[in-house]
Amino acid sequence: MNWESASHFWAMGGYGFFVWGSYAVTAVLIAAELALVARRMRAARAGAARDVALERIDADRRGRA
Amino acid sequence: MSDSPLTATRAPSSGFSLFHYASPQTFFPLAGKLLWPTWIIAIVLTIAGLYTGFFIAPTDATQGDSYRIIFIHVPAAWMSMVVYLVMAFWCAVGLIFNTRLSFMMSSALAPTGALWAFIALWTGALWGKPTWGTYWVWDARLTSELILFFLYCGYMALQAAIDDPRRADRAGALIAIVGAINVPIIYFSVKWWNTLHQGASVSLTQSPSMASTMLTGMLLMALAAWAYTIGVALVRVRAIMIERERHTDWVRQLGNAAQAGDIKA
Repeated sequence: MNWESASHFWAMGGYGFFVWGSYAVTAVLIAAELALVARRMRAARAGAARDVALERIDADRRGRA
Repeated sequence: MSDSPLTATRAPSSGFSLFHYASPQTFFPLAGKLLWPTWIIAIVLTIAGLYTGFFIAPTDATQGDSYRIIFIHVPAAWMSMVVYLVMAFWCAVGLIFNTRLSFMMSSALAPTGALWAFIALWTGALWGKPTWGTYWVWDARLTSELILFFLYCGYMALQAAIDDPRRADRAGALIAIVGAINVPIIYFSVKWWNTLHQGASVSLTQSPSMASTMLTGMLLMALAAWAYTIGVALVRVRAIMIERERHTDWVRQLGNAAQAGDIKA
């Protein structure tokens, strides 16, 4: 084990700002990308479902007319 | 109406063929099946890599604990170059064979490649300050990696600026393929020019210049980055397939299924 205590771990031998600055920004960016790509997928699926729904409404109207 | 919406429009194929999965409607469900295994592999490798990197690999004799940035920096830099080459490869395939899926693949990879390039630059800056005394210098390695980031951004901006997807694909492909020349420049920059950046820590011809536990941590993180990239690109390519093929039967059937499952959707 490298670290005597949790505070030693967070201090990273005095390089905490640089090490955690690297890891934190990477984690935030990856989380953001995952959120964006999941939202894009949901929107695409919803769009496809909406297309089908609109087509059905159109077909219904034409059927009644 | 078929019971299984995604098999109804499957491209005709005689026996197994690589081209079988080259059409969006057959690749879509395959990509979906690959997703969960890919995420699980990515998570397991990340945990193993971080554990090795922080709790097993020793403090470096000269750089202290600042070197632990390597577990992100090197995998991110590798991925930024590999993703660009894969992107350029799919663009070339698309131009040569005129296959829709190839261009979708390259569009799906670009944002993740840009992300890796940015992370490589960001972590490099935070590593440069304690080791070189500066966040940034205009030397060959750093500058060529910055150009790689701009190439990704240029590719995405160009694609977004052109409305017709076919023209956008072709214009983007040109940037991607011409820009690929930058990748070997990045890789060999530390040999060709005098730079602040150190040479390769890992190469095929020499034994690595670092402790084996450090190397193990770095390789685990590199594999995790591979898995993450594959996973996120698969999700994005699936979204792009739906977006671009809205008028086709297979997406309509997908919409039907979504309708049946959730009326509000």
